[in-house]
Amino acid sequence: MASIIRTEDLTYTYSIGTPFEKTAVNKVCLDIEEGTFSGIIGHTGSGKSTLIQHLNGLIKPTSGKVFIDGQDIWDKEVRIRDIRFKVGLVFQYPEYQLFEETVYKDIAFGPKNMGLTDEEIDRRVKETAELVGLKQETLYKSPFELSGGQKRRVAIAGVMAMEPKVLILDEPTAGLDPKGRDKILGQIKEYHRQKHITVLLVSHSMEDIAKFADKILVMNKAEVFCYEDTPDVFKRSDELAGIGLAVPQITKVFLDLKKRGIDIRTDVYTTEFAKKTILEYLERKGGAVNA
Amino acid sequence: MLKDITIGQYFPGRSAVHSLDPRFKIIITGVFIGMLFAADGFAALAVGLVFLAMSFIMSKIPFRLMLKSLKPIVPIIIFTSVLNIFFLDGAPLVKFGFIKITAEGLRTSAFMVIRIIALIMGSSLLTYTTSPITLTDAIERLLSPLKKINLPVHELAMMMTIALRFIPTLIEETDKIISAQKARGADMESGNILQRAKALTPILIPLFVSAFRRAEELAVAMECRCYQGGDGRTRLRQLRSEGKDYFALGVSIVFLDIVIMLNCIFG
Amino acid sequence: MDEKIISAQNVDFHYEADPEDKTPPKQVLKNVSLDIGRGQFTAILGHNGSGKSTIAKHMNGILLPCGGKVYVDGIDTCDEKKIFDVRQRVGMVFQNPDNQIVATIVEEDVAFALENLGVPPDEMRERVDDALRSVGMYEYREHSPHQLSGGQKQRVAIAGIIAMRPDCIVLDEPTAMLDPKGRQEVLKTIRELNHDFGITAVLITHYMEEAAQADRIIVMDNGEIIMDDIPKNVFSNVEKMKSIGLDVPQVTELMYLLGRDGIPSDTHIISEEECADALEKLLKG
Repeated sequence: MASIIRTEDLTYTYSIGTPFEKTAVNKVCLDIEEGTFSGIIGHTGSGKSTLIQHLNGLIKPTSGKVFIDGQDIWDKEVRIRDIRFKVGLVFQYPEYQLFEETVYKDIAFGPKNMGLTDEEIDRRVKETAELVGLKQETLYKSPFELSGGQKRRVAIAGVMAMEPKVLILDEPTAGLDPKGRDKILGQIKEYHRQKHITVLLVSHSMEDIAKFADKILVMNKAEVFCYEDTPDVFKRSDELAGIGLAVPQITKVFLDLKKRGIDIRTDVYTTEFAKKTILEYLERKGGAVNA
Repeated sequence: MLKDITIGQYFPGRSAVHSLDPRFKIIITGVFIGMLFAADGFAALAVGLVFLAMSFIMSKIPFRLMLKSLKPIVPIIIFTSVLNIFFLDGAPLVKFGFIKITAEGLRTSAFMVIRIIALIMGSSLLTYTTSPITLTDAIERLLSPLKKINLPVHELAMMMTIALRFIPTLIEETDKIISAQKARGADMESGNILQRAKALTPILIPLFVSAFRRAEELAVAMECRCYQGGDGRTRLRQLRSEGKDYFALGVSIVFLDIVIMLNCIFG
Repeated sequence: MDEKIISAQNVDFHYEADPEDKTPPKQVLKNVSLDIGRGQFTAILGHNGSGKSTIAKHMNGILLPCGGKVYVDGIDTCDEKKIFDVRQRVGMVFQNPDNQIVATIVEEDVAFALENLGVPPDEMRERVDDALRSVGMYEYREHSPHQLSGGQKQRVAIAGIIAMRPDCIVLDEPTAMLDPKGRQEVLKTIRELNHDFGITAVLITHYMEEAAQADRIIVMDNGEIIMDDIPKNVFSNVEKMKSIGLDVPQVTELMYLLGRDGIPSDTHIISEEECADALEKLLKG
């Protein structure tokens, strides 16, 4: 399959020539296939926020190239606004960007900027509102009357309504309780399933990423640490712990068991899978005893 | 970007200038501004510049930082010099059609530009070497006699402190909102003035909403820390004037005298 | 001295109703009673809108009960004349560190409460330095808050409260806006203040892994206290916790899942080590 996102030696250095000079992203080469759901994980300051802002042209690289759908986005022929419609970016705490009088108008802001017809805008607003679980009557309320979780969903719908080919979300669940978190992540997964688009989800929570992502991009010190299928990344969980990332609690337990001399797999990251692994182990052992 | 604004940003240090009593620093800055405005010739202006250079060297503030403080006023500098170069009467030096440049024009323009630059550098030196809160504190104390005429001096000072505290926060927030709206295709670069003003709505509204929310939360946090206005308050930082403060003030007054003297000689 | 630093008795609370709105105001707290013992580390767990922040704001008189009473060290929080005595005894830290730091220099912010209370400058100096040391931010005393990370800012906010030398510190979701590193820093600070300095701590959170570190967990749902016990016992109710939209530690959940599949296991396990011990026994046995 073709790469929807491709970066070649992408480097970004800010405050060049001052004592604060820092390379936030260093020679990043990435190929992200169309239709994947990828998680991005890394410490604060590992470069993940800077990286994603390059993918829709909000930041211009110091050197290196970004290709979206095969197109060099900084080519003279390319209008950068078109790239932003192709690559939708939801920032952290997106509810702080709401400004319109009604929820409807706020969700319509992006599609309107795209110059779509009123009917098309109407269809998109209603469709995405439903997808993120907003009731019809909520559409005509002021966004400022809503609860925190609802506001967050309106803001996400505002980007989804642009129907981008790539949807990037920077910590969409920050500050939410477990219920709100699961709701939003479920809706994003559903959107991914329905639209077959590419999703990049930045999160601090390895548990959340493990649950939803097909592939994981681990950033460390401005560089790509790895970009692999989720189970493969968790095979390296001791390395992840080594660079100080919080691997799921359950993974730590299995790493510990291995250390205690039990021959068990350590790429375990969900409780369901942990249960399966233990049952399998017992069966195998039981089988050995019987034999 | 907005982050480049440095006016009013403190540069911590332990230099002689840093350690002066802020009340004296404010008065000395006043005296310095007096020098700049009293000077009516280059010689007198040079005396002011010597005073600035001396304080500047003693403060150990990197020169680059001082230059940076001038960045926001570049348009004003250009405007002033253009105004003076082209629109002052006198014997023309060069002439292109109706545009002429006169020696007086050049001289006045140079004089004005130097004066503005010195003014900004001088006041930046004050803010670079004095933490904003100390500065506010000093202003509060300098103005405290006005409490007698019911001027809410403490409240004004508190407002200023909070404003100073939130400037970097709100600048960062503005940057974030701009990026977020750009990501939704907001167009802020094209169109006529009216369209551009309208394009600011998606930025200003969220910014106001957030500022109000912050104000509300801050008020509660202040209540939790027993804030009850200015009465009976003590301060962590005590302002004590010492010999060196009076000495520095003396030096600045001597410089002001020299400026005035030079004016009399050359004037 | 009272053994209970905070005592809430049958507290009811609702916000002022909109006069045009005919529907009665929503009850945020319904007949809530709880005592916080001196030196205890209590976590209050609940989802958004469960009333956990509202009860927290009652603990130092930021909100006053509509019905019932709240006593802090025996003082009624409704007694206006003594409100500053209440606030000195029970300090409060909020979610957003940016919105509770008043001053532009770390140490001056920590001094803010002491300045308000009219503490003499020499004593103030000492108390500010002590407070900064106790949260590990002494080296940053001359920094400007916006140069600090989220976790560091939150520790400064905590120091600002500690400087008042309160008996109790209430933290209303202090880690909700922080990254994992910041969360760890803040949690470690809270535990140290509780353990080494004997300060009573009440931590409002929706992160179960933070609540698991407390001596006692109070679970709130829909304005009521539905559980109040030690962490092991609270988390062992896996189904009940999930039904009100809260998480349990992954290890507890694993034990629960194994139990459901007929493998004898103990859902009172909440730490990695206990879990590894139990599994080792199971797998080697």
